[in-house]
Amino acid sequence: MTTHTRKQEDAMSTVTTPDRAPHHDAPTGHQPEQGRVGAGLFDPKQLVKSLPDAFRKLDPRVMVKSPVMFVVLVGSVLTTAFSFADPGDWFGWTISAWLWLTVLFANLAEAVAEGRGKAQADTLRKAKTDTVARRLVDGREERVPGTGLRVGDLVVCEAGDIVPGDGDVVEGVASVDESAITGESAPVIRESGGDRSAVTGGTKVLSDRVVVRITTKPGETFIDRMINLVEGAARQKTPNEIALNILLASLTVVFLLACATLPPFADYAGTELTMVVLVALLVCLIPTTIGALLSAIGIAGMDRLVQRNVLAMSGRAVEAAGDVSTLLLDKTGTITLGNRQAAEFVPVRGVTEAEVADAAQLSSLADETPEGRSIVVLAKEKYGLRERHQGELVGAEWIEFTAQTRMSGVDVDGRKVRKGAAGSVAAWVRERGGQVADDADTTTDRISAAGGTPLLVAVEDDRGARVLGVIHLKDVVKDGMRERFAELRRMGIKTVMITGDNPLTAKAIADEAGVDDFLAEATPEDKMALIKREQAGGKLVAMTGDGTNDAPALAQADVGVAMNTGTSAAKEAGNMVDLDSNPTKLIEIVEIGKQLLITRGALTTFSIANDVAKYFAIIPALFAAVYPGLDKLNIMGLSSPSSAILSAVVFNALIIVALVPLALKGVRYRPMSADRMLRRNLAVYGLGGLIAPFAGIKIIDLLVSLIPGIG
Amino acid sequence: MSPVLAGVLQLLALMAALALAYVPLGNYLAKVYSSSKHLRVERWIYKGIGANPDTEMRWPAYLRGVLAFSVAGVLFLYLLQRLQGVLPGSLGFASIDPDQAFNTAASFVANTNWQSYYGEQAMGHVVQTAGLAVQNFVSAAVGIAVAVALVRGFARSRTGELGNFWADLVRGVVRVLVPIAVVGALILVACGVIQNFSGIHEVGQFTGGTQEWNGGAVASQEVIKELGTNGGGYFNANSAHPFENPTPFTNLFEIFLILLIPVALTRTFGVMTGSVRQGYAILATMATIWVGFTALMMWTEFAHHGPALQAAGGAMEGKEVRFGIGGSSIFAVSTTLTSTGAVDSFHSSYTGLGGGITMLGMMLGEIAPGGVGSGLYGMLVMAVIAVFIAGLMVGRTPEYLGKKIGTREIKFAACYILITPALVLVFTAAAMALPTPGDSMTNSGAHGFSEILYAYTSASNNNGSAFAGLNADTQWFNTTLGLAMLLGRFLPMVFVLALAGSLAGQQPVPATKGTLRTEKPLFSGLLVGAVLIITGLTYFPALALGPLAEGLA
Repeated sequence: MTTHTRKQEDAMSTVTTPDRAPHHDAPTGHQPEQGRVGAGLFDPKQLVKSLPDAFRKLDPRVMVKSPVMFVVLVGSVLTTAFSFADPGDWFGWTISAWLWLTVLFANLAEAVAEGRGKAQADTLRKAKTDTVARRLVDGREERVPGTGLRVGDLVVCEAGDIVPGDGDVVEGVASVDESAITGESAPVIRESGGDRSAVTGGTKVLSDRVVVRITTKPGETFIDRMINLVEGAARQKTPNEIALNILLASLTVVFLLACATLPPFADYAGTELTMVVLVALLVCLIPTTIGALLSAIGIAGMDRLVQRNVLAMSGRAVEAAGDVSTLLLDKTGTITLGNRQAAEFVPVRGVTEAEVADAAQLSSLADETPEGRSIVVLAKEKYGLRERHQGELVGAEWIEFTAQTRMSGVDVDGRKVRKGAAGSVAAWVRERGGQVADDADTTTDRISAAGGTPLLVAVEDDRGARVLGVIHLKDVVKDGMRERFAELRRMGIKTVMITGDNPLTAKAIADEAGVDDFLAEATPEDKMALIKREQAGGKLVAMTGDGTNDAPALAQADVGVAMNTGTSAAKEAGNMVDLDSNPTKLIEIVEIGKQLLITRGALTTFSIANDVAKYFAIIPALFAAVYPGLDKLNIMGLSSPSSAILSAVVFNALIIVALVPLALKGVRYRPMSADRMLRRNLAVYGLGGLIAPFAGIKIIDLLVSLIPGIG
Repeated sequence: MSPVLAGVLQLLALMAALALAYVPLGNYLAKVYSSSKHLRVERWIYKGIGANPDTEMRWPAYLRGVLAFSVAGVLFLYLLQRLQGVLPGSLGFASIDPDQAFNTAASFVANTNWQSYYGEQAMGHVVQTAGLAVQNFVSAAVGIAVAVALVRGFARSRTGELGNFWADLVRGVVRVLVPIAVVGALILVACGVIQNFSGIHEVGQFTGGTQEWNGGAVASQEVIKELGTNGGGYFNANSAHPFENPTPFTNLFEIFLILLIPVALTRTFGVMTGSVRQGYAILATMATIWVGFTALMMWTEFAHHGPALQAAGGAMEGKEVRFGIGGSSIFAVSTTLTSTGAVDSFHSSYTGLGGGITMLGMMLGEIAPGGVGSGLYGMLVMAVIAVFIAGLMVGRTPEYLGKKIGTREIKFAACYILITPALVLVFTAAAMALPTPGDSMTNSGAHGFSEILYAYTSASNNNGSAFAGLNADTQWFNTTLGLAMLLGRFLPMVFVLALAGSLAGQQPVPATKGTLRTEKPLFSGLLVGAVLIITGLTYFPALALGPLAEGLA
């Protein structure tokens, strides 16, 4: 769709699309810093609340989905069984207990991650109360339960009714409260035809009457899908998560072999390894940290999107978001403020600027469009003209702005003042026998060439009809966009501005905003061609869209974010829906995708690097008795073999709990080049992962050795 | 000149020589494997074996070629040994027993060259030259071919085609190995390595009594033994034998030959994928490990403990006086960090830690710089795994050289890294658990365990060197080591080629600033860490009970 029609629509309806806070109560109650993947939310109380779920997940059929943790589960069962065989062995019991805790902690991490979605799902379920639909059959209404509707049924909704299912308005206009889904209490307009026809089941009609054609089967509506998504019921492992699981499984097999082949070696050396010790060694070596947190990371990643009111229809799309190398951004609403604003008043020869400002203000008082308001504001700020109110001028006849006349104005004291689109005002002047001054034309051309929109201000009084001057309306680039685009460039992401403007206008704004490229006079076909061209070069493309004619491009893009205000076709085609309908959010979505992958990589690195220290704890503990030289490997100076093994196992379990907040919040992410990011994350999670367990195991050993009978 | 300084100077000379050869040989190899022209002699060979060198093969076809050729090689070599007793030119040696014949056939086809026989007392001229020497050439060419196929996987896009195995094999022999071998053999002969077909000589010993020495085409076999990272010596004493390796210069030259092709292949990789800097990064990774291991080895061998070692200026037991500790250490590290397995000193006699370094070198998968071909593909598989983990840390689906490392790629790489640890550990555990294999040990305690661990590590990684002391000519060892060599060679190739096929089918992703820079030192460092941690840790418990227990005592 073109910018022009978008502007008209904005002018005609009161719908605004501000940035909104998440609609559910965030536990810590603060909103992430605008434009940043801020810290997620984590409340230690959730750990306790999720305990029952953690126990429920001990079911082997559930556990087997995570090969690493399944091995730990089997190990726990084994050591427990061996402890029963030798009930006096406190060491066996203690190790068993900590192995069970290791499994539980892993389940807990997943349960906490899911728990946050569950709370949200409950809120949504409340919106999905059983509705009674007023179905139209041959022009007559009949009452049927909302669940009995079929695709294609027509239903009537009047003020106070809950829309019984997803559909398109085919008749009428109504204001609808969509707060059940978006959390935004300001009503929105839904009308037949065009790009604002979609209504969602569970929302409430506030005024007027509409007829809705049902487009989705009961049970598959938007709200049902939302519940499934936030609850994690529809969660499937994403490609990258599957790949990581394969790698972890293969490492687990390698370490399983290393441990399983150890008894004959030890036998030969003259020492016998108990099953408890072998299992302890195995659990310490296999990548339990990442194995335990992997699914929590994935769920939390999706959840971070939900926090921002974005619903990802597939985890694959979230991952793809991290890989995006081209962003298609609609100019209006994304790069520029939704509307053009008055920037200056240019008088024609023989008229002063103040006169133009006065006339412009007067003629704009009846113009409630954002453009009109901006003229009044400019007159006040730049020329000190106090804003007059319509009631102040007695006997004034106000001409309101409409999309048809494209003019507004006032008739007062025998004076007619008009301002509006250049063509319309010029025609109005000529109708009244006036002349449009030459320099008005040149100014108009100059403003157009600079990418602005010229509005003419004209007056008809005793001196006849004539043009006083030109108002320069400019697209105002949103604050901070230039910096955002520079950041994206540093991350290796190209930004392309899409606009219906002519190339000249487009270039001016593109330069001002600092985007890498622009597509002017864009038709849906151009957009599609651009996406295909980028994809042919191996690039992943993300875009936003809301119109039905955006649907093919949304489907073609690797990440297609549909605006919730958009049509159902657009929402079907995209793989994400932004409930706030805020196109700028695309940038945040990309950051969340990256953060998800980084968190996975960081914790995997950490988990593998941890093994080094565990070897230095366990190997001397196992074999220093037969080969005293191996005691030199006990560089941590752990107090006894049993406390060394126990400390390693305890550290292994506790590190999972310690990292749950990180898994849920995600690794801190700031846009920077891959090089710097790798250096930073390697230092923190690679080097940190190498060193931290040496300290951790030593501290636990100090504590453990205080227990009488162990040290 | 102190022995330490001599060692360091030898190391520097070696690195300088390799640096000189790097670009010309690497570029030449890239040209050989990218050319569409056939030499006349190659056409004759293609006609002879009935192969069309111009058809492109997808990975299963390429693999079938590798396997068919190798199976034929094993059968031929087995029969040749079994029939030695009736073949002319066999110096009167008897036919080889079935288990040993299997072991030797597997060993030479798998580029391992583990020898459970005494060369000069078992193999006549026919088996040595028509059987073993031929495999020294072709098994090396197979390794290079598979590596080139993987490189093509990275270089090509949206095709499953990996080249033609027969063309790669024949070119490797005709255009690379034979020409270098001819020049190398002449240099060796000029320096005193023997090259004749004379029979057995009876030679008087200084202490009285006599000794049997036989001649042979030693120089020609010696050169390909090193150049093709084979390692099977003409004589049992291998490169410690003065007929094989007479002077400190030939010693250094032989090390140069061992490292030559594996090092140059990183350049070939860079050229063929269109970024020589990517080749440098892989080379830097290999060099870091190789230099580190050599330094550690010299340190542990020069360390003076006890009066005997101090008197000798280091751990000289089992080392040749003419090479000294420096020359021996560089040789030992180079032979175990490649799949060569030639020895100029006895690894079993190294200090406990020194023995451990030779074992760890093999356990890393022999990738620094590794066997001809196998070193490159082994390191590239590790790079794929390192990229996968590190790539995630920059917030993108990991990609290497513009190819995405997704589920399929990781599956093949994960299977690859699983194979050799499984073979080494399972076979070693079986040998330790069963009652009879242990009888082959000639040492007790940790050193005895090291002998068996070394044997399976060497066989599974296709090295071929031995921790002398183990009597490996038993049915158990001949059979299990033979299996370990075949599985350790060809199973990884299956996954390498599958990976290559999967990569070649992809559309490349253009690099942006958000892409992990795999040509940077940071990545090389990361790769060193990944190799040491992922593969090194697998063997830590086993190493602790062998060389570490001995070395830290």
